[in-house]
Amino acid sequence: MKFAVVVFPGTSCEVDMLHAITEIVGQEAEVVWHSEADLEKFDGVLIPTGAAYGNYLRPGALARSSVIVESLRAFATTGKPIVGVGNGFHILVEIGLLPGAFLHNPSLKFTSGNSELIVENTDSMFTKNYTTGQKITVPYAHEFGSYFVEDDIAIELNNTNRIVFRYADNKTVNSTQAIAGVLNEAGNILGMLSLPERAVEDILGGTDGLALFTSILKRWNENNVSHA
Amino acid sequence: MSAMHEPSAQQIQNEKLYRQMGMTDEEFERATKMHGRPLNYTETGLFSALWSEHCSYKSSKPVLRKFPTEGTRVLQGPGEGAGIVDIGDNQAVVFKMESHNSPSAIEPFIGAATGAGGVLRDVFSMGARPVALVNSLRFGDLTVARDRYLFEQAVAGIASYGNGMGVPTVAGEVQFDNCYSKRPLVNAMAVGLLNHEDIQKGVASGVGNTVMYVGATTGRDGIHGATMSSAEVSIDEEAPLPVMQAGDPFLEKLLMEACLELVKSDALIGIQDMGAAGLTSSAAEMASKAGYGVELNLNLVPQREAGMTAYEMMLSESQERMLIVVKKGHEQEVKDICAKYSINAVPIGRVTDDKMLRLLHKGEIVAEVVADALAEDAPVYHKKSEEPAYFKRFQAMPSQEPKIEDTNETLRALLQRPTIASKEWVYNQFDTQARANTIVAPGSSAGVIRITGTNKGLAMTADCNSRFVYLDPEVGGKIAIAEATRNLVCSGAEPIAVTDCLNFGSADKPEVFWQFEQSAKGISEACIQLNAPVISGNVSLSNEVNGVPVYPTPTIGMVGLVHDLDHVTTTEFKNAEDIIYLIGETKTEFGGSELQQMIDGEIFGKAPAIDLDIEASRQRNLLRAIQKGIVVSATDVSEGGFAVALCEKAFGADKLGADVQLIGSAITQLFSETQSRFLVTVSKDNAADFEEMVADALEIGVVTATNRLKIRDESNNVLIEDSVAELRSLWKGAIQCLLNSEA
Repeated sequence: MKFAVVVFPGTSCEVDMLHAITEIVGQEAEVVWHSEADLEKFDGVLIPTGAAYGNYLRPGALARSSVIVESLRAFATTGKPIVGVGNGFHILVEIGLLPGAFLHNPSLKFTSGNSELIVENTDSMFTKNYTTGQKITVPYAHEFGSYFVEDDIAIELNNTNRIVFRYADNKTVNSTQAIAGVLNEAGNILGMLSLPERAVEDILGGTDGLALFTSILKRWNENNVSHA
Repeated sequence: MSAMHEPSAQQIQNEKLYRQMGMTDEEFERATKMHGRPLNYTETGLFSALWSEHCSYKSSKPVLRKFPTEGTRVLQGPGEGAGIVDIGDNQAVVFKMESHNSPSAIEPFIGAATGAGGVLRDVFSMGARPVALVNSLRFGDLTVARDRYLFEQAVAGIASYGNGMGVPTVAGEVQFDNCYSKRPLVNAMAVGLLNHEDIQKGVASGVGNTVMYVGATTGRDGIHGATMSSAEVSIDEEAPLPVMQAGDPFLEKLLMEACLELVKSDALIGIQDMGAAGLTSSAAEMASKAGYGVELNLNLVPQREAGMTAYEMMLSESQERMLIVVKKGHEQEVKDICAKYSINAVPIGRVTDDKMLRLLHKGEIVAEVVADALAEDAPVYHKKSEEPAYFKRFQAMPSQEPKIEDTNETLRALLQRPTIASKEWVYNQFDTQARANTIVAPGSSAGVIRITGTNKGLAMTADCNSRFVYLDPEVGGKIAIAEATRNLVCSGAEPIAVTDCLNFGSADKPEVFWQFEQSAKGISEACIQLNAPVISGNVSLSNEVNGVPVYPTPTIGMVGLVHDLDHVTTTEFKNAEDIIYLIGETKTEFGGSELQQMIDGEIFGKAPAIDLDIEASRQRNLLRAIQKGIVVSATDVSEGGFAVALCEKAFGADKLGADVQLIGSAITQLFSETQSRFLVTVSKDNAADFEEMVADALEIGVVTATNRLKIRDESNNVLIEDSVAELRSLWKGAIQCLLNSEA
């Protein structure tokens, strides 16, 4: 499977993502600079964290005007997976591929640490290798971590099974309904603030993020076998 | 101010206007003599900036020359942006520590942020990718509102820059003492990695080669910052603020990526950060180092504001700028790389063979000075040194134990001292794991990152107990080095080199200069004995408030090489039933201890003694045992003494406690700050091997599965018995608690 790792000016953690995919998951990954328009040759798109455009205006807001955004929209319609983590989640929300908005952390400070997430649903293409209700530990590092959606959208997200992760302890971020990971309507786009690519090796503190990537791979393998 | 209103050379001389720029009469005379004709306004500005203490080290040079700077691994010692040390496999580690004390005292967020930004540029200007940040911070004890503000804002500033750059902060130290009230010390250290062939230097060589300006535009911010940093800042909250340079981590991230691409191109001859004294220092130093001259046309400098004079452009300290020299004809290659990152890359001059720094502006030569005169020929001062009266008095005091009633309550109180308390409040604001290489995050003896593509790692730490340095600068200097090496050894690393940040009061005070000399002497001795040369550093003098100097604080930054990631060892207990060993005997040494400060509200007496032979052999033995894989956890005994170290080992563990027995006087055994001691745990199976390898290790107890801490004396009387969870919670919450106070 071949992943694009999309890099905007100010994105800094593409190395984390590349390392996880190529060295640990054992798949191909390539950095795609934001001014490139071609995503067609890829089987999946990953938007890593960092501070795209210095988080000026709002995190993710200025990335909206990059050339690659049109390609991302087109890619989204193919049903192939897109994952935005940390600042990548901000970007997916700002370009409208995912619902909601972000507020400052309740502490008003940048905060890093380990978040405990509850896997809410294992039907998605991103969570097949987890079990429902499983608690996983995944690092986070953000200043704008409070995910907000209006009540009616929250209800819809709930009813359509689009909340894939919730925080076990919501006090660091105070997200609406403790949402930690959310899907688009078609189910092929995942946004989450926690950073699964930093949780794929024991030597770095745990491997709970690994199943997210292997789930994507599993789905891809199934599709490719059935289409063969 | 426009050029028309600048005073004439005559006026500068007659009205002694150079004094406003921080030059003495003698210095002005010396510069004029070298110049061979009267200095105009711009030229006077160039001299005053480059001959400031900050840029020229004119007072500290004679002392700094005594540092050992050579070693088999050293590829680049002091003199460039950062030092470089070989780590095998064609790779090298690049590091440097810098102070940003004066700006942080005035505007802590911006001051601390640009401190981190500046030291990162020092590292990537050498061609290295920054892989980690370390910091060393000093504040008043948080009882004063201004100090709480300085602390909160400085931490937020460092976080904003490091996080924005995507460089993890993996280690650091924060100490609190009222000698730093309103005059914080903000020292930042950056660590980078490169392959040998990518090493760059700040040189302008090859006649006709092009000088290019890369990065942010030049504004009027930070003019004469270097001169300001060399003077005592009067902390008057009513006074108008000096013009401070602001930082932009986003721009620096783009600049860094562009520079690291430039390093891989064939175009680059030399590169240097426009740091203190901006364009002046980079141009003069690059020319001087290479033995060439540089001619710049200032009309071409990208400017942020209209109507800037040559003087303003040359002395601006606008951030995120680099001066580079490229092979003639390769300018487009450079422009293309920079265009990808939307940053300026503009040819502004050329390399000449006349060894002059020549500045053109609006068609006229506005300054023409010998580059060496600026960069190399600043006066060197041999400052007066005098042993302060307090020293003899302190030396004559007998060692005695403080009187305390309840050892258990004393431990609880010590754990809540901000210097000892958990620094989670600080490091939780840093992205400690960016780049996904952090093996040991802040909170252990040292931070450790792995070196991708190898099975090796880098350990790093910053240390200085300035109370010991104050009581006895020579001994305190030795202790600073020894403590840093201890932290690396406990993490499983071989210490390889030192960077320093020497923070002192005014060098014009003979007592301060004595502290400076004596501590440098101690540092040198310890570096030699512990085999860790000094490869880079920074001097910050004039750290005073209302004429009172801070404690002498020669902060030591150190990097160690982990030869095999299996050697990585951390502080906390791992398994119940493991044997706890104390390495090194404990003496009654409370001078400068946290307990003394807590009980008496001041420090006095002798600093703890240190025997570098014993230190070196103990570290060697312990490192061997760690590398053999028989040490389960390790930490050194430092502030707060044995009891605090034992707590820290329990705090990081999950539901483990300890039961130990101490021989000797209880207060000394529990709280003395005797040097060269370690606390380690070893499994029962390896106990015999360990005891053979580390001869002076004393078995004192076991790790228990009870989550309780129990310390008994030789007659089995309980000295301390407490819940680890409760102690941990006091220790973790203390800093937040102090910040919440309203006083």
